[in-house]
Amino acid sequence: MTQGIPLYYFLTISTLMFFIGIYGFLTRKNLITMLMSVELILNSVNINFVAFNKYLYPDKLQGHFFSLIVIAIAAAEAAVAIAIIINIYRNFRSIDVEKVDEMKF
Amino acid sequence: MNSKVMFFVFAGIILIFSVMTVVSRRILRSAVYLLFVLLATAGLYFMLNFNFLAAVQLTVYAGGIVVLIIFSILLTSHISERAPMAGARRSLFSALAVIIGAILTLTTIFRFTFVPSSEPAIGSDIKTIGTKLISYGEGGYALPFEVISVLLLAAMIGAIIVARKETK
Repeated sequence: MTQGIPLYYFLTISTLMFFIGIYGFLTRKNLITMLMSVELILNSVNINFVAFNKYLYPDKLQGHFFSLIVIAIAAAEAAVAIAIIINIYRNFRSIDVEKVDEMKF
Repeated sequence: MNSKVMFFVFAGIILIFSVMTVVSRRILRSAVYLLFVLLATAGLYFMLNFNFLAAVQLTVYAGGIVVLIIFSILLTSHISERAPMAGARRSLFSALAVIIGAILTLTTIFRFTFVPSSEPAIGSDIKTIGTKLISYGEGGYALPFEVISVLLLAAMIGAIIVARKETK
């Protein structure tokens, strides 16, 4: 299925997706949208792992397992982050990062 | 030719919807755009013949994480609420940093010559994956598997403890 598609195409897609995620992380102020940007970043890393595995090391499965582990960690991170966000909302009535400054000096 | 068209369709979906995820002012909509990005990524995995990984991507990411995010959006903000965007200065400098970083990374990638391997491909069917995942010999992944199970348990307990209402 990948005849005629060089590895560079996959790397370009994942690089652009990574930097779009970083842009979102820098400009968003809502905690949930920042979490979504982090998901974009993790997803782009997964594309890299899978493409490298397929093109450069087709006789191994390392990229496959790394992607599985990254997906599991993303799930754990999303669960804990959303628990924290809901707790913050309960205490501050807002999930804007600029309004949550109780622990700042 | 056909697979090339498919690749460009998936790539276009990924790029357009990830930009829209990041710039959309309605949070619920950006969650749905994120869902489209994750589905197109699963499509790329199917193209690369990683069927199990694509299935995991569909169930865990698209089925689990996006639903979790949508639930938390519904719990914490009004549906018609529009997220405030960052100021012009902040957006400008973020865009500048991101564009410079992307150009730097892409030039580095394109100047490097990757040497494709000519080894015969190992099958990525479920039987091979399952055997490798619990074997502790050469190329086995028993230890990461156990670590990830403990991590998931810890994350689950931690999330319950953190989000629980305190009753006294």
